[in-house]
Amino acid sequence: MAASEDAKASSLRYAFGNVIAFFILLLIGILAFSIRLFSVIKYESVIHEFDPYFNYRVTQYLTKNGIYDFWNWFDDRTWYPLGRVIGGTVYPGLTLTAGTLWWILNSLNIPLSVETVCVFTAPIFSANAAWATYLLTKEVKGTGAGLTAAVLLAMVPSYISRSVAGSYDNEAVAIFALIFTFYLYIKTLNTGSLFYATLNAIAYFYMVCSWGGYTFIINLIPMHVLLCIVTGRYSSRLYIAYAPLVVLGTLLAALVPVVGFNAVMTSEHFASFLVFIIINVVALVYYIKGILSPKMFKVAVTLVISVGLVVCVAVIAVLIALVASSPTMGWSGRSLSLLDPTYASKYIPIIASVSEHQPPTWPSYFMDINVLAFLVPAGIIACFSPLSDASSFVVLYIATSVYFSGVMVRLMLVFAPAACITSGIALSAAFDVFTRSIKFQLPGLSGNSPIDAGDTSSGSVVAQNETVKTEKKEDPGKERPSRKTEKNEDLSKERHSRKNKKKEKENVEKISVKPQEEKRLLVLPLEASVIAIFLLVLLGAFYVVHCVWAAAEAYSAPSIVLTSHSHDGLHVFDDFREAYAWLRHNTEVDDKVASWWDYGYQTTAMANRTVIVDNNTWNNTHIATVGTAMSSPEKPAWEIFNSLDVKYVLVVFGGLVGYPSDDINKFLWMVRIGGGVFPHIKEPDYLRDGQYRIDSEATPTMLNCLMYKLSYYRFVETDGKGFDRVRQTEIGKKYFKLTHFEEVFTTHHWMVRIYKLKPPKNRLRGKTKKSKAKATATTSSKRSVSRKNPWH
Amino acid sequence: MANRPLTFLTFLSLLPLICFSFSPENPTDRRILVLLDDLAIKSSHSIFFKSLQTRGFELDFKLADDPQITLQRYGQYLYDGLVLFSPTIERFEGSLNLAAVLEFVDSGRDLILSADVNSSDLIRNIAAECGVDFDEDPSAMVIDHIGYALSDIEGDHTLVASDSFIQSDVILGSSKIEAPVLFKGIGHSLNPANSLVMKVLGASPSSYSANPNSKLSNPPTLIGSAISLVSVVQARNNARIMIAGSLDMFSNRLLKSGVQKAGSSNKYGKSGNEQFVTELSKWVFHERGHLKAVNVKHHKAGETNEPAMYRINDDLEYSVEVYEWVGKSWEPYVANDVQVQFYMMSPYVLKTLSTNQKGLYYTSFKVPDVYGVFQFKIEYQRLGYTSLSLAKQIPVRPFRHNEYERFIPTAFPYYGASFSTMAAFFIFSIIYLYNK
Repeated sequence: MAASEDAKASSLRYAFGNVIAFFILLLIGILAFSIRLFSVIKYESVIHEFDPYFNYRVTQYLTKNGIYDFWNWFDDRTWYPLGRVIGGTVYPGLTLTAGTLWWILNSLNIPLSVETVCVFTAPIFSANAAWATYLLTKEVKGTGAGLTAAVLLAMVPSYISRSVAGSYDNEAVAIFALIFTFYLYIKTLNTGSLFYATLNAIAYFYMVCSWGGYTFIINLIPMHVLLCIVTGRYSSRLYIAYAPLVVLGTLLAALVPVVGFNAVMTSEHFASFLVFIIINVVALVYYIKGILSPKMFKVAVTLVISVGLVVCVAVIAVLIALVASSPTMGWSGRSLSLLDPTYASKYIPIIASVSEHQPPTWPSYFMDINVLAFLVPAGIIACFSPLSDASSFVVLYIATSVYFSGVMVRLMLVFAPAACITSGIALSAAFDVFTRSIKFQLPGLSGNSPIDAGDTSSGSVVAQNETVKTEKKEDPGKERPSRKTEKNEDLSKERHSRKNKKKEKENVEKISVKPQEEKRLLVLPLEASVIAIFLLVLLGAFYVVHCVWAAAEAYSAPSIVLTSHSHDGLHVFDDFREAYAWLRHNTEVDDKVASWWDYGYQTTAMANRTVIVDNNTWNNTHIATVGTAMSSPEKPAWEIFNSLDVKYVLVVFGGLVGYPSDDINKFLWMVRIGGGVFPHIKEPDYLRDGQYRIDSEATPTMLNCLMYKLSYYRFVETDGKGFDRVRQTEIGKKYFKLTHFEEVFTTHHWMVRIYKLKPPKNRLRGKTKKSKAKATATTSSKRSVSRKNPWH
Repeated sequence: MANRPLTFLTFLSLLPLICFSFSPENPTDRRILVLLDDLAIKSSHSIFFKSLQTRGFELDFKLADDPQITLQRYGQYLYDGLVLFSPTIERFEGSLNLAAVLEFVDSGRDLILSADVNSSDLIRNIAAECGVDFDEDPSAMVIDHIGYALSDIEGDHTLVASDSFIQSDVILGSSKIEAPVLFKGIGHSLNPANSLVMKVLGASPSSYSANPNSKLSNPPTLIGSAISLVSVVQARNNARIMIAGSLDMFSNRLLKSGVQKAGSSNKYGKSGNEQFVTELSKWVFHERGHLKAVNVKHHKAGETNEPAMYRINDDLEYSVEVYEWVGKSWEPYVANDVQVQFYMMSPYVLKTLSTNQKGLYYTSFKVPDVYGVFQFKIEYQRLGYTSLSLAKQIPVRPFRHNEYERFIPTAFPYYGASFSTMAAFFIFSIIYLYNK
């Protein structure tokens, strides 16, 4: 179909297209980077939230002391007095990445501070992730789909929420690593190149370094391999894509200290080994099939199957024995809560207490992936036309990640790239069909040189069957109106619109049948195509508007600085840093600060003081000890804290300004976690008729516990009534004194209150002073009772 | 990690605080405020005061209702010790009051307080704040119809002779007090759960506390050896307090008088009072029983520099020097029961320190196979001595990545297997590729 002229023209056109694609990619990178800068512009260039502060501190250590000291770092300023072996318990990928960036910049004489590098690591890697998405989708469905997916990913709110500038967390680089590993896997699968297979193992290694979510990869890829084998798609390419990954990847993963032997010992990895065995067996079968005559082969099959069954049974028996011998069946708590969503809330309060481990709500899907939620089904259909190894992988990816995102809101992050990829495929296919329809019907453009000329999404795969594609293409177009109504977020309407959609679909199908008869190519009516394109663009525009809004308003708050708009303007609450600065400047270097674990990382990083527990919740007992202290009355709490050498206790209190995520609202978790280890703390003691309350109806246990007292000490002095703006009620006990703690610092908005443990009394008083009238009544025995030594 | 030496420096700089009002160079130059009900006491108790003055104390006598009395000026204490010989004062003049006296004690300074029959509430409250409860009947006295002191006139047996001293060389001096101590005054009781207060002079089992002039209608609340006549308190900051129920026992008259206990044939020409109050005042004013620990050192065996951090299973040496103040100089403290703990929430190592008899205490031990933030802890609390409480934080880290054994003999089969597999694969590849 190509004359030499045509070939020349088309190669020119391809070159031109490549240049354009390159610049589009560049722009996508810039978009991905710049949309994440709202936090810096609106607030300042600071590290956000909790975990990033730890990562920042680790990076500082790395840049100061080098990689070996980092590897062997024993941190004595956290988890006092247990300490924490940072090098062996941290995923080093992020830190090493930022450290390397910093080192490169410095050796280029660009003197950026470590903090700056850390702040901007996430945006940089989102650009990388967008490019990786392009590569992956391109492998699956061609350049057009790749570019669309990359654009979508560059600004998908779910990913933005974890990668705004300052959000210096593992996920920032891990999502890139995840997508890139998948890309290399698909690339290997498509090319059968051992080179890419090796790269794939290395990318997998980087992912293992970066995030605990690597288990997703090492389960998803075996699932896909198994799927391919079962559906009869086994090929040597599949073997090359998989076998080196398991062998090299496992070896490399075991090099990461935090993974170590887990790479071969825990159940999360067993699936990959099992599939490895299976694929070898299958490879052997195919090999034998190749060298034997069909007759011989049948004999061999029965032989092999019987032997293989025996082997399989043996292996499975061994596996079951291994798994059964470990108490949690070899699964870590977090993984178990993935499989059984109710597991965590039932058994592990410390996992359940983290909000990002809760299942998401429906609105959060709309918030986090917006219109992609409606494009995904279309994309899945597009993947089936035709179903290749690569597109089946995408389908599998989206199916599993939808499940995981439904279990833990945090895993929405894994789901988002899949949604972007499928939506990208859907959108690009739709555009493909519509533009072609227009092109064929526009006067002056004859339809002689077909199909693939018109669109950026490259040739063969797309060209193969337009028929199916058109249909599917239609789908997103239809989705548009439904989405519009959806804006009202009315479920009934949604249902209604779905019905509409179906009807429309039928219509479209009818329409599409006609051209099919006329021509081999499917051509839609010109008007319909134009309108559909217009609607698609509108849809995209809504998506962009939503993403920018999400980036600017919803996900840019650093959470250590809070703002609120009120009638008299913008209020900034900088209480956290105020408190940490106070600690840094007014306490001894070796003083220990106790707080609920949420604030541990920030205290070590910003106040540079030793903490008892922090956000790395590796020791449940230690956390339970602090929880017990917080839920005990003053005296036992003092004893617990004193035994841990605690000097200061820090509580976060939002009652004055209405900051809802304060310690009183987290308090029930402290009770639960404390009670899980120390049974004398009982949750019902803190609840009145099953209700958690702090007003005058609250139980005496609640009103006397340390957390209540430290939060509400002197609170009544603010407004005379003690009205708590978070709980919207007056507090139950307003006037009380602290005997074993003294208030040393309260921030401007009372959001952080710091108390100091009083030293034991210098003298022990005798019996209390009595008026002479009463004196005669006392007997000596009574006296000795009344004078119990309070300290021993 | 630079904060380890800092900790030590902090500790050193805190040492003067531990020895509080002592200045180690010139510790005898101490000023003591003596508050009296009546200036006559100055002469009637002159022997006691003289003994203080000869030991280098500067006494400042004031009437308790002197409006000029003040303990501190511009935030600095003017005195290092306080003697309250004013049992009947209802309230002090000037800036002195109950809270000021207690604050004085809580700042680490010493107090001698003598109550007497008909003591005021103020004095009682000061005593009660220190853990001493005087008999609530203000006119009660300690009466002993068996162990009274024989005197010229057959009295009401309120002058008792007691010889139940506390068994402590530190508090009462090394020479034994032979003669009983004469006591005429009010008794008090202590809470046995209170670990800070000690009965120095107890009453005999046959004594009781009651008003001698009225008929005993109820059984007395304080009886027998529950009665304490003289008690001392060593506060947590090592401030020392002596509380006596009799002002007379410090008087020249009782200091000089002879004593014979009823029913005993031993007659002493001189009562034990002088020795008792002198020795006790030495203890109260920190001329004895004051320990200091200096030069805390620890290092790995065979090294001399103090590391910032130990590794598990390190061998380490620990040493500390302990000295006692003996009135004029710091002398080596000799004991065989000083222990060091290597402590992380509970002691992992507890070792008794060996001593070279010259004040140096030392030991060596192996760091346990547990990492974490440990403390070298010395908690030395002995009767009469100031408490020594040293804690020094030291982290213990696990092995570095290159400190493990590289080749373990038990793993040789595995090494052999892997290396032979590698070699075999190499050979196989060559053969497979080139042997066609």
